[in-house]
Amino acid sequence: MKHFVIASVLVIVVTVLIILGLGSIDLVPNLASAEGEYVDLMFRAQLYVISFIFALIIVFILYSVVVFRRKPGDTSDGPHIRGNTTLEITWTVIPLIVVMGFGVWGALHLSEITAQEPNELVVEVTGFQFGWRFEYPDYGVNSSELYLPRDRKVLFRLTSTDVIHSFWIPEFRIKQDAVPGLWTELRVTPTQPGDYRVRCAELCGYAHSAMYAPVVVVEPDEFQAWLEGQEVGTPTPPEDLTPVERGAQLAEQQGCLSCHSIDGSTQVGPTWLGLYGSERPLEDGSTVVADEEYLRTAILDPGSQVVQGFPNIMPPAYTFLSDEELAALVAYLESLSD
Amino acid sequence: MTVLSLGIVRGLAAQIVGTALGMGLVVLVRVLMGLHAWEAEPATVVGAMLGTIFFMIGVGSMNDWFRWARGEATPIHHGPPEGRPSWTRYFGVDYSHKVIGIQYGVTAILLLLTGGALASIFRVELAEAGRQFLDPAVFNTMIGMHGWGMIISILLGIAAFANYLIPLLIGASDMAFPRLNSWAFWLNVPAALVFLTSMFVGGWDTGWTAYPPLSARAPLGMQLYFVAVFFFGISSIVGALNLIATILLLRAPGMSLFRMPIFAWGVLATSIIALTATQLIALSFIMVMMQRLLGMGFFDPAQGGNPILFQHLFWFYSHPAVYIFVLPGLGVISEILPVFCRKPLFGYKWVALSSIAIALAGFLVWAHHMFTSGMASFLRVPFMFSTLLVAVPTGVKFFSWVATIWGGKLTFPTPMLFVLGALSVFLIGGLSGPPNGIVTTDLFLHDTYWIVGHFHATMFGGFVFPFFAAMYYWFPKLTGRMYNERLGQLHFWLMTPAFWIQSLGQMRVGLLGMRRRIVDYDPALGIEGGQLAVTIAGLVIGLSVLIMLVNLVYSARRGRVAERNPWNSRSPEWQIPSPVPEVNYPDGLQVIGEPYDYGLPDSRYVNLQVAAAGE
Repeated sequence: MKHFVIASVLVIVVTVLIILGLGSIDLVPNLASAEGEYVDLMFRAQLYVISFIFALIIVFILYSVVVFRRKPGDTSDGPHIRGNTTLEITWTVIPLIVVMGFGVWGALHLSEITAQEPNELVVEVTGFQFGWRFEYPDYGVNSSELYLPRDRKVLFRLTSTDVIHSFWIPEFRIKQDAVPGLWTELRVTPTQPGDYRVRCAELCGYAHSAMYAPVVVVEPDEFQAWLEGQEVGTPTPPEDLTPVERGAQLAEQQGCLSCHSIDGSTQVGPTWLGLYGSERPLEDGSTVVADEEYLRTAILDPGSQVVQGFPNIMPPAYTFLSDEELAALVAYLESLSD
Repeated sequence: MTVLSLGIVRGLAAQIVGTALGMGLVVLVRVLMGLHAWEAEPATVVGAMLGTIFFMIGVGSMNDWFRWARGEATPIHHGPPEGRPSWTRYFGVDYSHKVIGIQYGVTAILLLLTGGALASIFRVELAEAGRQFLDPAVFNTMIGMHGWGMIISILLGIAAFANYLIPLLIGASDMAFPRLNSWAFWLNVPAALVFLTSMFVGGWDTGWTAYPPLSARAPLGMQLYFVAVFFFGISSIVGALNLIATILLLRAPGMSLFRMPIFAWGVLATSIIALTATQLIALSFIMVMMQRLLGMGFFDPAQGGNPILFQHLFWFYSHPAVYIFVLPGLGVISEILPVFCRKPLFGYKWVALSSIAIALAGFLVWAHHMFTSGMASFLRVPFMFSTLLVAVPTGVKFFSWVATIWGGKLTFPTPMLFVLGALSVFLIGGLSGPPNGIVTTDLFLHDTYWIVGHFHATMFGGFVFPFFAAMYYWFPKLTGRMYNERLGQLHFWLMTPAFWIQSLGQMRVGLLGMRRRIVDYDPALGIEGGQLAVTIAGLVIGLSVLIMLVNLVYSARRGRVAERNPWNSRSPEWQIPSPVPEVNYPDGLQVIGEPYDYGLPDSRYVNLQVAAAGE
């Protein structure tokens, strides 16, 4: 009994020490969403219980290791205790109650963070290899950056054009997969203005690790200003844009720029800076000049002419582009070689 | 003796011939159909399948069945092959469960080294931010190869101990179906070759889970991976069937189910899962294979398919698979603990039945891997509750182990150290589980390194540490010699702290935003110290395993000769000479007591002189 009392006191001491220790470090990134508060609260509660059970088991084992060693020369066995049904029932029922309690609590939290609100901002998110596109259907705005107003619930409707991606902003805590052929939903209320990043959390192929999109959370009036700034651009009918402007717009909308830079830096694919008119060494050893013909083929059938040093991973998904749109893209590329 | 008298050489030759034939067959059919002759995917798939079947015939694993079909007698030959050195029996078909156990064990260790080498390479890549030396496509293939290589290593490691020990522990002369046993082992060899080949034909960049649509558009290696898993799976099903039959039907007189050594309960529970769930992963992979080969759009939204269906099928096996991996290991803990505590296993029946409870609950929890997948939202709640239920029988095991240790007379040779290490590591793994089971926290933790830390801790605590404990514990039984205690202790004291650092480090960087399966990470997350620590710890674990192998190989030849019962165990296998003679219990075996009655004077578990006593 003496041993049991000492070990029990040690369990409490160790539990407190672990909880204090965990409390002294930043375990998770800064919180930036209302839904994340439920996650963090639940996680903290779990950590307390985990710390206690961890201490309970570890202290009793380590205490035994130190105290109940066999003395040198002793060849006798320990006490013949086969078990204790009351104890077994106790440590079946108490954990059962604890985990079921957490289950009920978790279910309540889940209904909170999935609850709908009347004035939600709808953002349609499309994942693709290897980037994100954001549409604000209520405002006719299309962007490769995710702008969000603070303190307004956002309904993300997610889909994908190719494989499964997962939409995750660690500061918002919760994530949701984007599945081709399906619309999935995620509701988040940003609470902290600042710059964040969408990070794809489901392995999606070659450049999965680099599948980011910028997120900017701003005050509501700034968000309104941003929307208007975007809308100024969009009402211009495509036919009123010069081909170069139209090409730049398409490159943005179709997500080309998440793999191809326009500043000369190498990302997933070759940079577009100075690409037009240059000599391209191909995988098969031959060389071609990047003229209009080559670029059209490279967009429509990317696997047919793979440039040396780059993997053949561009999706052959752009056949829907019209002839004018292709011409505009080529004109845009040409403008980047001047 | 010629090289061709070794079954494995014949098998490999036959596999090459079979692969070529399979490829030729596809070319022929395509030419006859007027298509262009060469299409890599169907040719490779048919080649790999036919090659595997040819291996099985070439190695001789089906000879007895062919003889039987021809009406010839098929007596079982005991002992090493006539006129050949005894080591050759390990390289061909042999029906002794002890030979097959060692065959399984060596194959498992080879795969363990492969998986470990892959992990060491990509951990170096991940040691700091920025791309070091690995191409992302290669990295993506390596993580999947590491994952599945380790899974197979675990399945074979379990089969090794189950095969070697179960007949010994329950007092049987061999497994229920010795021919099937050998067949099940040999199937793994061509499958492993197909699996390793997948790396060199484009690889597969999906991770071990192979979710479509990504797996439907991955390189050719994907198909070889599917073929290999299919054959590994058949082996696992057949092996499980054999173990269930053996445990239920071949126990010694007097050995009721609740008088079995507890390891048998773990193996029984595991085998029930393997027998009934493995089909689902084969199904899910074959559906992707057919989608790629024949355009059947099971998971292609453009053809009315649904990618989420795959995840249901896949996890219906792959979650219970986790319990396949850990239940035998937990059985090893329960088996070894009483010996070194000199006390009965606390609550034997509760520990035994908790294994069955975990196995059964394991069938109801698969969708907890899919909380973020986009499946019907309301389904998340019932799967949360079923998942949390698993914590209860796991808790029963832990508390019973602690109660076994409490008040005992503990000694700490290497096997006991590894059992205690297993407890501490499995504790981390177990306690980091419920946060993933509760939906809200899982929406944060899913697909981060927290998960990576969690399942590596369950795998190490539930399999690797107990497996190593078992290696040291039964090493004198296998070889008749003792391992080197000092090197064993060194192995333990390197591996356990390193594993703690690795596991807690993975969880730490995961909480800070490190995603799973990325070749490069954002330095802005502030995790570079953690990443480096995890890499160093991982390499130390690798080093410690090499020390163990040196120890075991050296000691098998030069170690001190072991006494008959070095651990003073009550279990029957320690009452007979080591290494175990060809016939396990020539005089029969009768159970006359409880297995773990340490501390009860004048009690015995088994009587080995049944024949001598004239009973």
